[in-house]
Amino acid sequence: MNRQITRLAVTGVVLIGALIVATTYWQTLAVAGLTDRQDNAIERVAEFTIKRGLIQGRDRTPVFAENVRRKVSGKTFYFRRYPLRGLAAHVVGYSTRGRSRAGLERSLNDFLTASNANLSTVLDTSLDRLRGTTIEGNDVILTLNARAQRAALNALGGRCGAAVVLEPSTGRVLVLASSPTYNPNLVERNFGQIRQIRADCAPANALLNRATLGLYAPGSTFKVVTAAAALESGRYSLESTFDDPGFCVEYGRRVSNYDTSSPFGRVNFLQAMQYSINSVFCNIGKDLGATDILDMARRFGFYAKPPLETPINERVASGLYAKGELFTPKNDFEADPGRLAFGQERLLVTPLQMAMVAAAVANDGVVMRPYVVERIVSPGRKTVARTRPDELGRAVSKQTANALTAMMKAVVSSGTAARSGLAPGTAGKTGTAETGRAGVNTTSFIAFAPADTPQVAIAVILESQRGTGGSTAAPVARQILQALPGSGSNS
Amino acid sequence: MTARNRELLNLIVVGMLTALGFASVYTARQAEVSTGSLSYAGLFFGLYVVAHLVARFTVPHADPYLLPMAALLTAIGVTEIYRLEPDDAFRQGLWIVIAVGLASATLLVLRRDYRRVESYKYLFGLGAVVLLALPTVPGLGTTINGATLWVRVGSFQFQPGELAKLMLIVFLAGYLRSKREVLAQGRLKDFGPLLAIWGAAMLVLVQTNDLGSAFLYFGIFLGMLYVATGRVVFAAAGLLLFFGGVYAVYQLVPRARERVSIWLDPFSRSQDEGYQLVQSTYSIANGGFGGTGFGRGTFTGTSGDPLIPFLNTDFIYSALAQELGLVGASALLLVYMLFIMRGFRIALLADDGFSKLLAAGLTFGFALQTFIIIGGILRLIPLTGITLPFVSYGGSSVLANFVLLAGLLLVSNRANARR
Repeated sequence: MNRQITRLAVTGVVLIGALIVATTYWQTLAVAGLTDRQDNAIERVAEFTIKRGLIQGRDRTPVFAENVRRKVSGKTFYFRRYPLRGLAAHVVGYSTRGRSRAGLERSLNDFLTASNANLSTVLDTSLDRLRGTTIEGNDVILTLNARAQRAALNALGGRCGAAVVLEPSTGRVLVLASSPTYNPNLVERNFGQIRQIRADCAPANALLNRATLGLYAPGSTFKVVTAAAALESGRYSLESTFDDPGFCVEYGRRVSNYDTSSPFGRVNFLQAMQYSINSVFCNIGKDLGATDILDMARRFGFYAKPPLETPINERVASGLYAKGELFTPKNDFEADPGRLAFGQERLLVTPLQMAMVAAAVANDGVVMRPYVVERIVSPGRKTVARTRPDELGRAVSKQTANALTAMMKAVVSSGTAARSGLAPGTAGKTGTAETGRAGVNTTSFIAFAPADTPQVAIAVILESQRGTGGSTAAPVARQILQALPGSGSNS
Repeated sequence: MTARNRELLNLIVVGMLTALGFASVYTARQAEVSTGSLSYAGLFFGLYVVAHLVARFTVPHADPYLLPMAALLTAIGVTEIYRLEPDDAFRQGLWIVIAVGLASATLLVLRRDYRRVESYKYLFGLGAVVLLALPTVPGLGTTINGATLWVRVGSFQFQPGELAKLMLIVFLAGYLRSKREVLAQGRLKDFGPLLAIWGAAMLVLVQTNDLGSAFLYFGIFLGMLYVATGRVVFAAAGLLLFFGGVYAVYQLVPRARERVSIWLDPFSRSQDEGYQLVQSTYSIANGGFGGTGFGRGTFTGTSGDPLIPFLNTDFIYSALAQELGLVGASALLLVYMLFIMRGFRIALLADDGFSKLLAAGLTFGFALQTFIIIGGILRLIPLTGITLPFVSYGGSSVLANFVLLAGLLLVSNRANARR
């Protein structure tokens, strides 16, 4: 029987050998593919054993996101807490067990959990893992100015809308406020409460970052772009004169001014901007053509998702929209140039994009890449990454920028924004877009200050307003600017 | 060095490893486990010294590696169970004490000549059938995890299949020894009893809905039939018959088909039927090469909820593979391999047919059971809810495997003593 026993023994040994081979497969070759899978519960749990990096303001204060340590069946977990609640909820986002992540918590997850592929970090975390000590993530330092951010939320009040403040020379985001805001601490504990947030628009959708995802008709704030195109064409200057009959004829029909009661008569280009005369811009638009205006818009950053550190799906591009999709006319006749010129047509913009327009004019025509992350610091207090100001490109020449500045100064000093209480020496442009509902407008205001040595550029857009850009959005901008040092507005 | 001194030396090494295991769990989980945990290792060692002394008295010539390997496997099991569910580890420890007692009793009773059990072979056969049928008796059987393998009397619960396995092996060893010449001739009429066993295996499959157990019993039978007759054709025909039967059953029972489709693609159902197997795979992969270390693995969610159901019974291998890594899991499997090789060596050295068949049957059953449960976890074969010998949590399993160990020691002692 011994021959049979030997063979059976070989069978037994082969069976166990097969187990060793299979185990080797699952623990070596298959690992990479399995780790990345969404339903891998162990990996999801492991993320919470990492002490995530803090999210802090410029001088490491205030703290936007911190950790709460909790021990659950022998394991130490770190859960997120947002001490400032709704202050920068749309930028910072949240990191939860149930509803995963949003905002910088999502897009910078690798840095915050120290799993970014940086040799020294990888070394540190592997050592931590070997020692069994807690892995610490990198801290993220933001460019936000907490005081101005709070002023922005206060000024927006319960209204639906957003405000963005940029530093023109660098692209630093000083304020990125979306209203209504929400308390990210409630995302996990009481999501229903966030759903119930109401505002003067419906749906209020507090989770939506209106500053980068909200698409609004810009109205007359877009005239800055049209004027830029006109001036760059060489066919117009500040002294060009126009006759305003109170309307402009397009496709054989009248396109009226905002206020049709009294035509302005003979005006120059600066005055046309100052009083936001639609008929003048309508005729300029017809002269330039839609594609020329959109080309200029593109140079300001339209038709591309504004670069920012927030997740790509939390940003949208500005431009013409047809059936919910970004639409690029190939010929002039595919878009109405007259209405486009004063920001109507099917033009939709984000507050961030309009702030970039203001900042580019303030920065002598150069568009800076906006950024909200100043630097990333390792637990060992070494700077892992620092954002350097970066030019996206030149939108207009310095001369054009200066001319636009002169126009926008006139708007604030004695034009449509004259009664908004803005500090003298601020350059701005109001916008009031009709929504189709009688008396209800989307109002906006873009500005930079001080006009001669610009420190800040701002865009404010408000939904469902009964007033104009000058009477609603401009005062919001004023309150925000007053909270910013160097804007010439703080008393 | 005499065999028993060698055994003692090995046990001391195992004792030290046990202490190391408990110490690492203790350092990793100080908050959950008490300081008393280190004394477990001491108690454990003491228990095996007692077993060793019994062996010294009853089976002085027996293989010196089997007891230390069994001790090592139970130590690994208890340490992991201790890490997962400290309360279960206490119960498992108790079962091990009882099991060592039972094994000692077996050694004491049968120390003069174990071969007298051969004369009761039909009684053993009958016992096996009765035990196998128990879970299907209404009011007694309990279905856990889709398989009816359990018997519950009050709060006491056991798996009769574990003991039935041993009885079946004793019966087959006796039966095949007496009939092997006749069977080797291959006349159809001699195969009546064997076809009956095939029928029984199919019945077990349908009744318990557990392919693994059916495969285990039938596999043991085919292995022993091959050893007894030397005819590969029989084993091949038997396998064909088995899988033909399985195929037929799976055509008739839709629930059984489901198990196969989960086996083939668990990831497409990772949220429901495939959840357990998928998470177990993640657990193994998470261990990687070196593992997380004893006590440092991830088995619960952020609110303390278990990630894998049945972790310390059916899925203990996934837990061990995560915490010990490829290095530890392979080492564990190598211990099984060594145990199996020693077992077959005993079968080779034994000098009578019954002893050879008994040792080969016990060892092959041990090997097959190990393969079926771990192979199921590793997705080599469809998953089955049977225990990992010596390691899994579960009283019946521990008892049965210690009796199996005693059987191998008895055969080994006799074979070595006569040389």
